[in-house]
Amino acid sequence: MTPGGYAGKWLDVDLTKGSVEEFSFPYKTLEQFFGGRGIATKILWDRIGRKWSELDALDPENPLIFATGPMTGIYPGARICVSGKSPVSNGVVGSTAATELAVEIRTAGYDGVVFTGKSDKPVYFLVTDKGGELRDAGHLWGLDCEKTLIKLNKEVTDELRKRKPNIGLWKEPGTMYIGPAGENMVRNAAVCTKMCHAAGYGGYGSLMGSKNLKAVVAKGRGSLPKVDAPEASYLLWRKAHEGCINNTMFRRWGTGHLAYGAGADTSSEPIRNWQEEWHDQKQTGVPHYMDRFWVKVKWADFNCTTNCMKVSCIKTGPWKGDITDVPDYELQAYCGTNFGIFDPEDNVHMATLMDKLGHSGINGPNTMGYAAELYQRGILTEEDIGFKLEWGDTKAFDKLAHMMAYREGIGDVLAEGTYRAALKIAEMKGLKPEETLRYAIHVKGIEIGAHGTRSDKDYTHDISYAASVQGGDHTSNVTDGYSDMSDAVFQDSGVFCMFTARGPSQKLIFDFAKAITGFPITIESWRRETGPRIVTLQKALLLMGGPDVTWAPIKDDDNPPRFYEPLPSGPYKGQVTDRERVDIRIQAYFETLGWDERGIPTKETLDRLGLSDVEPLMKKYRR
Amino acid sequence: MVKPIWIARDPSACSGCRRCELACSMHHEDWMWPEASRIRVFMPFPGVEVPHLCAQCMDYPCVNACPVEALSTDPDTKAVIVDREKCISCGACIRACPGTVPYLHPGDNKATICDLCGGKPKCVEVCTEAGYNCLTVVNEDPNIHRKLYSRNPVEVAKDLAVKFFGEKGEEVIE
Repeated sequence: MTPGGYAGKWLDVDLTKGSVEEFSFPYKTLEQFFGGRGIATKILWDRIGRKWSELDALDPENPLIFATGPMTGIYPGARICVSGKSPVSNGVVGSTAATELAVEIRTAGYDGVVFTGKSDKPVYFLVTDKGGELRDAGHLWGLDCEKTLIKLNKEVTDELRKRKPNIGLWKEPGTMYIGPAGENMVRNAAVCTKMCHAAGYGGYGSLMGSKNLKAVVAKGRGSLPKVDAPEASYLLWRKAHEGCINNTMFRRWGTGHLAYGAGADTSSEPIRNWQEEWHDQKQTGVPHYMDRFWVKVKWADFNCTTNCMKVSCIKTGPWKGDITDVPDYELQAYCGTNFGIFDPEDNVHMATLMDKLGHSGINGPNTMGYAAELYQRGILTEEDIGFKLEWGDTKAFDKLAHMMAYREGIGDVLAEGTYRAALKIAEMKGLKPEETLRYAIHVKGIEIGAHGTRSDKDYTHDISYAASVQGGDHTSNVTDGYSDMSDAVFQDSGVFCMFTARGPSQKLIFDFAKAITGFPITIESWRRETGPRIVTLQKALLLMGGPDVTWAPIKDDDNPPRFYEPLPSGPYKGQVTDRERVDIRIQAYFETLGWDERGIPTKETLDRLGLSDVEPLMKKYRR
Repeated sequence: MVKPIWIARDPSACSGCRRCELACSMHHEDWMWPEASRIRVFMPFPGVEVPHLCAQCMDYPCVNACPVEALSTDPDTKAVIVDREKCISCGACIRACPGTVPYLHPGDNKATICDLCGGKPKCVEVCTEAGYNCLTVVNEDPNIHRKLYSRNPVEVAKDLAVKFFGEKGEEVIE
């Protein structure tokens, strides 16, 4: 029996053989792992868990997963979760993006797709009501993201119309794709969608590129999956939107006011590779984006009324024709202030460039900012880079973004992501690893989102990144071991947007989950059992890591060194992330989840969560 | 006498949220079914969203084209009403429509056209409630301009793209 909210079928694609099969999950597995991040972690454990440490993340055997959840498309704010063994952290990241692809997969009758193997030539995968098929992508390989999307929209729509010429017009399909960065296996590359959205964290763009898979496209003509309690679901749907619609500030600005606010107000914005977190540059204020670049001030993804997105376009000058979203705060910071760029137009251009090249707009630029600090300190020279890499020089960063995407010159080293690039540069320069790593702003290899912890005034605090199984991912923060289970882990498994979860009450959201699935799910059951089950399994896989990098318990459950250096400027000058509080709260977090003092899940915890089969692999990590 | 209603539309104000599709299909199909919605939002390029629905031409080419008289107009609302028993799924109404608005339903394969929900369109309700006002209900006598709104959504999108993006708009839709 299929529970409510699930299409009930998955597609299993072997790219080596070119075969496509269907499979299903038992009712109990769905109840235990829900969807999205949860079910992806379960798939990974079942398929490659026992050889996790030996299997390279870019090995064809590593599954690339596109997972929806029972709430996708039904709860406001549809998203998809992309996962696999992360080429960046060697653990599991549930990397989500807002896209109609999620809805189209479900209306075609599927909950998700798993890709294994490696195609011998570039392909894309098309899902329709009739199943899935691999199609040649030779003509798309090498194209940037914008051109890829334009071509696919036309090509697939025409093809579908040809197949059923008499039914009238087909709406465009949903699409996710990689750009040059993914194709060239830039380790932290994104899986992109809708021109400027991306599943950025985790580096699944490189995994997709390693499989010669250019895009996943879907068009369904069916309904969204039927739910357990339709009438209640309808009422909750209306109610949830009321909550979103009342979110006036979010609806007006999205996160676009934070380029100024996260600097001037909360001192938590990365500036010049986090050397500072405060600025008072008023030209970065939201009106300067809105008045000059926003051509659509209320842009929403499927079933969303929070509409935090706005469409930006540059209409004059050398970057005429650049189109992106707000940019949202993350890209305002990482493609702006973190490069020492405080001009909105330069910022819109750099954000557009990341979208086109298929870099993750947080992670790629983090590595570029890292390189610029090494240049500032004389560790990397003009000779190493090929030009001067000065803060605020938009043209220089533009060039570097291309070099990374195409792995040219120093770009080939930086394409390994901040952590691995730091190790390589240390080797190149005959330095000790800690001499280059001290400037690398990452946790577990995952470059940190644009929210600092030193001022303690943002939503991120001492252990937010240090304790997270998804490292530097700012959308998956650890707070107290309870609430993060019902926030990030739930949303990523649902799968829906964290911003449509703001407004409606948590009780409403869990009532909605129950009305959809029919599971006896409550906020308490999720915090006590399902959330901890997912995160504990993620933790076990992250501990195993490998083969190129593993993370030491406790030692690597920490913030980057810079977060312990005093803030050099602004109202919170002198403040650091409190080391003692990090140590205390990490222990409290481990204890809450039933992990030992080094963060290794205990046998009792594994047994309680139904993960007893993980126990033999955990033994060696315990003292 | 109450004047008939029309759904006035401004595609540049569409957020792309597709709640119109969800509200429509929940009313007509009892569940969320985007491709069975009488209003469908096309997106030939992200940011360029085009709600596509019946424009209620004064001369109703679809009704006139139907070989089996399955299509008629509602005397009060002037909406096109499909008799699903009579419809033979021939597609004549789709071909006759200047904007190719009707389509064959993914479930029963019958012609599917906006019926104005009997006078209180659900799509408009959710659109205005969210403050987008891409769709609004107006009480106006039929006029010759309505038919001009019956356009292929990709053609509409090509115009919108230029309005939004300037010259670059010429390149984003093939």
